Amino acid sequence: MALLQIAEPGQSAAPHQHKLAIGIDLGTTNSLVATVQSGEAKTLVDHDGKAMLPSVVHYQENSIVVGQAALDNAINDPSNTLVSVKRFLGKTAQEITASYGQLPYIFDETSGSLKVQTVQGLVSPVQTSSDILGVLKARAIESFGQEEIVGAVITVPAYFDDAQRQSTKDAAQLAGLNVLRLLNEPTAAAVAYGLDSGQEGVIAVYDLGGGTFDISILRLNKGVFEVLSTGGDSSLGGDDFDAILVSHFKEQTGIETLNNKEHRLFINKAKACKEALSSYEKVNVGLQLRDQEFVVTVTRECFANLVSDLVKKTLRACRRAVKDAQIELEEILEVVMVGGSTRMPVVREAVEGFFAKKPLTSIDPDRVVAIGAAIQADVLAGNKPDSDMLLLDVLPLSLGLETMGGLVEKIIPRNTTIPVARAQEFTTFKDGQTAMSLHVLQGERELVDDCRSLAKFSLKGIPPMAAGAAHIRVTFKVDADGLLSVTAMEKSTGVQAEIQVKPSFGLSDDQVASMLKESISNARDDMEQRMLKEQQVEALRVLEALEASLSTGGHLLSQQELIALRAAMTELALKREQASDPDDIKTAIEMVDKASSEFASRRMDESIKKALTGHSIDEV
Amino acid sequence: MRYFELFGLTPSYQIDLALLNTHYLELQRAVHPDKFAGKSEREKLLAVQKTAEINDALATLKHPVKRAEYILSEKGVDIRAEQQTLQDPAFLMEQMELREALAELPSARDPEAAVEEFEDQIKVLDRKYSQSLAQLLSANDIESLNTAADNIRKLKFVYKLRDELSRIEDTLFD
Repeated sequence: MALLQIAEPGQSAAPHQHKLAIGIDLGTTNSLVATVQSGEAKTLVDHDGKAMLPSVVHYQENSIVVGQAALDNAINDPSNTLVSVKRFLGKTAQEITASYGQLPYIFDETSGSLKVQTVQGLVSPVQTSSDILGVLKARAIESFGQEEIVGAVITVPAYFDDAQRQSTKDAAQLAGLNVLRLLNEPTAAAVAYGLDSGQEGVIAVYDLGGGTFDISILRLNKGVFEVLSTGGDSSLGGDDFDAILVSHFKEQTGIETLNNKEHRLFINKAKACKEALSSYEKVNVGLQLRDQEFVVTVTRECFANLVSDLVKKTLRACRRAVKDAQIELEEILEVVMVGGSTRMPVVREAVEGFFAKKPLTSIDPDRVVAIGAAIQADVLAGNKPDSDMLLLDVLPLSLGLETMGGLVEKIIPRNTTIPVARAQEFTTFKDGQTAMSLHVLQGERELVDDCRSLAKFSLKGIPPMAAGAAHIRVTFKVDADGLLSVTAMEKSTGVQAEIQVKPSFGLSDDQVASMLKESISNARDDMEQRMLKEQQVEALRVLEALEASLSTGGHLLSQQELIALRAAMTELALKREQASDPDDIKTAIEMVDKASSEFASRRMDESIKKALTGHSIDEV
Repeated sequence: MRYFELFGLTPSYQIDLALLNTHYLELQRAVHPDKFAGKSEREKLLAVQKTAEINDALATLKHPVKRAEYILSEKGVDIRAEQQTLQDPAFLMEQMELREALAELPSARDPEAAVEEFEDQIKVLDRKYSQSLAQLLSANDIESLNTAADNIRKLKFVYKLRDELSRIEDTLFD
């Protein structure tokens, strides 16, 4: 099947059937799934008609409960009920405690990555996220019936660093989802609004969710969504507003320390109070505990004063993002509001004051991200070959290496358009040095200790030379999802040593594979059968894609090349039908891949030439 | 000059940024990895590589100093990785004075006005060292190219001042 095939003008792409793809907003507080059906993006609902799935997982001895039921029960079993687990992705226990203080969980880091102790044993945030994704996937499968889901677009906060993105992708893989793209949440919101209203120009997306804050400045131009800059805070959201109210309740009731159960009660009351203040000027909060009844009165004004530091923090990030985008505040045409927390009047007023513009709120701020993700998924699945939509993203945080004295040398600065590859050369410090250790970091600060450590690895086998004689070329590559891989190579002697970085927070491919295997064997599925099926589907995809490419670009190959490619394709088609070992099909796919590599490269060059046809004649 | 060719532009220091951007978007439409979501792994990889190259070329051509350095290096004078310091005492003295003035900005009576005034000074310097660049960089004699290299080195100082000013602005008005 040809996906987004570049056809000759006037020629249409090969006819094809609609492919089912989903968009998932994996939120801190709530998660949603949406899809495009009959040309319209819709969020999918559960049996109770609810679109929002609380991002809460309750681990019980013999079962895992996800969603509203888990949330309702959180108060009775806080330590086994994982709430807002998205905040833990790619983090250490120390960072979590420093950011969020008292939490009812017991963390365990003996395996090298963060896990939480539950009655089901140690559970990683990736596992928990995957449990949530699994429920959404099941919801989609149920609503689609027999049809297969070709892939999913999953949204992440624009501010997520590499470790957090990697963890999100791992979770999706673990849930058996084919990730078409990780999409920044604000970009998704802009997609939802942009296509609805045909907006063109610079827009700001202010996204205050349950646990994260993002501000993005985007330029929309003839279907191209270009992220000019992003900023925000991955540990600031509605939950922090709740926490401030909890402190206020404690102060007003005179209760200084709360047990887990009481803490949960206070949080629930704080949430309810915050939401009620969006409709009422004054709210009375009743708190029953320790055989006593307390009533705390909160007015809008009082609330606004309590949270003013939080709101100001978001505006500071807005100012920086506008500056990074190299635009003037006045150039911003629209401000899009995303996330349930933007319903708070205190937030709306502050945003309106800062941008001197009434923000857009016409699409439900809780659903807008999922809707945008579904639209993008539909395009990536190839359902809209004529779509002009193209999302250009930027790197949210600078990437660098540790150098002498605990300083960070930036290799790729933040807000660089991705994908990107940059190389830098380093040299040895001592005579005869045969190894060099490399420490990969992400962040804006100059000191190693202030940045996030992504990975450490060493390059060994450098031939002994005088200090400064070896040339170590370190290459950083960031793909369209914002995921990083780093390679290092000693080049002066021609000796090559190359290392692929394994993120220190995400899971290695082997870990994902073994977890996947485990979950499948639990479900008593036949692993071999599933892998065979997967390879057959993949083989068909490869063959169809090539067939479509050959129909428009066959002229790029010589007769001889065409014969060789056809032979490999015939072999693959045969293997797909007859082979019982998935590895046989895999090998045949690799052969076809090899035989078509030159073809792919020529087609790419031709598309580049074609893209600029009409300009080159008068300008070159 | 591969980067200019990539965008279908005539190699020159004077560049039409709007046209560069238009051509950039057209190229992205053709090769962005999202256009290859359903293709083979090899094609996906190729798309990532091409897009990364185009992004790098754009970043180089868009930035006045990087663009100048690129043209210079294509003409055989590569100053991008040089460690050598500038041999111009008068210029360096002026830079030191500017740095001192910059450090005193936050304690000015009217910091906002002081920032604006400093910005104007930077603009004057920027113009001074970049106005002859187009001509110098179009030449092929080593003397012109060396003069261009000298101007670029000075421009780098000016851009550093500008970055520093922007950092101070951040802390002042946050």
